[in-house]
Amino acid sequence: MSTEVKQKESLFSKKNRKLISDPFNDNNPITVQVLGICSALAITVKLEPAIVMSLSVMFVLAAGNVIISLIRNLIPNRIRIIVQLVVVASLVILVDQFLKAYAYDVSKQLSVFVGLIITNCIIMGRFEAFALGNGPWKAFMDGIGNSIGYGVILIAVAFFRELLGSGTLLGVPVIPQSWYINAETGTGFYANNGFFLFPPMALIVVGLIIWAQRAKNTKLIEEN
Amino acid sequence: MKFVQNIFDKTRPLVEKDGKRNILYPLHNALETMAFVPDHTTHSGAHVRDAIDLKRTMVTVIFAMVPALLFGMWNIGRLHFAAIGEEAALLDSFLFGALKMLPLITVTYAAGLGVEIYFSWKRNHPVNEGFLVSGLLIPMIMPVDIPLWMVAVSTIFAVLIGKEVFGGTGMNLLNPALTARAFAFFAYPTWMSGDQVWINTKGGEVVDGYSGATALGDLATTVGQGLGNTATDAVMAQFGAGGHYSFMNAFLGLIPGSIGETSALLILLGGLFLVFKGVGSWKIMLSFFLGGFVMAGIFNVFAVNEFMGLNPLHQLMLGGFMFGMVFMATDPVSAAQTETGKYIYGFLAGFFGIMIRVFNPAYPEGIMLAILFMNVMAPLIDYYVVEANIKRRAKRVAHA
Repeated sequence: MSTEVKQKESLFSKKNRKLISDPFNDNNPITVQVLGICSALAITVKLEPAIVMSLSVMFVLAAGNVIISLIRNLIPNRIRIIVQLVVVASLVILVDQFLKAYAYDVSKQLSVFVGLIITNCIIMGRFEAFALGNGPWKAFMDGIGNSIGYGVILIAVAFFRELLGSGTLLGVPVIPQSWYINAETGTGFYANNGFFLFPPMALIVVGLIIWAQRAKNTKLIEEN
Repeated sequence: MKFVQNIFDKTRPLVEKDGKRNILYPLHNALETMAFVPDHTTHSGAHVRDAIDLKRTMVTVIFAMVPALLFGMWNIGRLHFAAIGEEAALLDSFLFGALKMLPLITVTYAAGLGVEIYFSWKRNHPVNEGFLVSGLLIPMIMPVDIPLWMVAVSTIFAVLIGKEVFGGTGMNLLNPALTARAFAFFAYPTWMSGDQVWINTKGGEVVDGYSGATALGDLATTVGQGLGNTATDAVMAQFGAGGHYSFMNAFLGLIPGSIGETSALLILLGGLFLVFKGVGSWKIMLSFFLGGFVMAGIFNVFAVNEFMGLNPLHQLMLGGFMFGMVFMATDPVSAAQTETGKYIYGFLAGFFGIMIRVFNPAYPEGIMLAILFMNVMAPLIDYYVVEANIKRRAKRVAHA
């Protein structure tokens, strides 16, 4: 503990709230830091896996941040990455087993990408950059904030990809069947856009989101 | 002419910067420069004095495309009437095709120019002429019966993602027309590939023995069948003399395919015109042709199936190879800029085009993908060409 008198901060002080709001826009893990892109491309074909993925990452990141923060003074500096990996791997196994038990279909859709949460750069990034240097409550807020920033983008991308690519939302058809072009009866005028089912389109959608965000939030534009 | 000039003069205050309708300024400017010679002068000293500007370049390319376009119109009409077993005069076929083609062209221009005008207004610059050519190329590489809104969506995507995000005309990494086609191909494969989309058969029963497949589609069915057996003989008979896809038919363009891509002869004519006018690069065309020829030749040596065994020259007459060579690969913005780079770029584009087409029959239009791929690689090629040049000259200095 430092010797100077520290003012006690309330749990939801302005600084703490900023931990949540910052990664949502100004410091978004996907659109600003460009982390966690692989999963954003891979599991955003449908909305449901994207939501489950966001929740899983939220659990792993928040819990992991707290654990790392609690033991931050015990971890020898030279082996800290290994310790972080052990923590995140244990949490990911928990999530994986939980999904297999209670949401088997989604678990199958997510396949390796649950396991790959371990390698999601956002998680190691937050451990390194934040949890190692801050108290558990702040680390918790930071974990929640970053996973919301990640989840919002993931869900937005998945929303457009499922709507335009498959014509459904959460598996429920939202585009009337009568709109679809029917070669036999010659009716209808609409067709799903198959390009949205391919990962490149996720990249383009993320790009468009970045474009829209920077058009609104001008402080993100780099000087060159 | 005074009358037209008056209209432009009168409406100008409305669309100028503080005018009420300044969103229309780019459109006003575009129409005015189309009707009259622009009176702009360069602000700083001119380094090169030449009568050619972007507009004249673009119009030259359009002239080069006209023969293939007119032929394409006639060809869709001819195939249509042949498919439903009707006799039709040359003019009837042509009119049928022209009526099919006109909405396609209109929709493409409207969609593409809409995006361009919006961005010109936002970015305060006049509309560039770049879209004049893309807007005519796009309908020429679409199948005849594609729904118009799909063309519009693809065009908007191409102009937006292929061009405007990089900064507009002259800054684009990818060829916008091919971007539109690639988008349509992946987004709406049912309307862009297969054997149902290339010939319009509405308004009648198809005749016996009708097939709507393209030459490449038929060739793709021979992959995996080996050489010289009864299963492939029927297909390959069409590629011999007198068949549907004989060398002569493919060269003249009497085969099904995207609207403007079929006639190698007229495309080459356009290509010659481009080379003669100095607008298209003969280096790209020549090396593109050689690249395709070498790859097809290599396949021919191994020839484990009929697709590979096809005569290399015949192979190059099919599909979009010729069209890609003359009108797509030569796009001065997305191609390599250095002279040596042009040879490398063209050669690899043709080489990969044939390779994709033969190795993956699901992508009969490998040319499109190969050119887009080489578009992306072009800056890299240029970089190494420039570096090599610097190294060579540095050596010369060191020796002296």
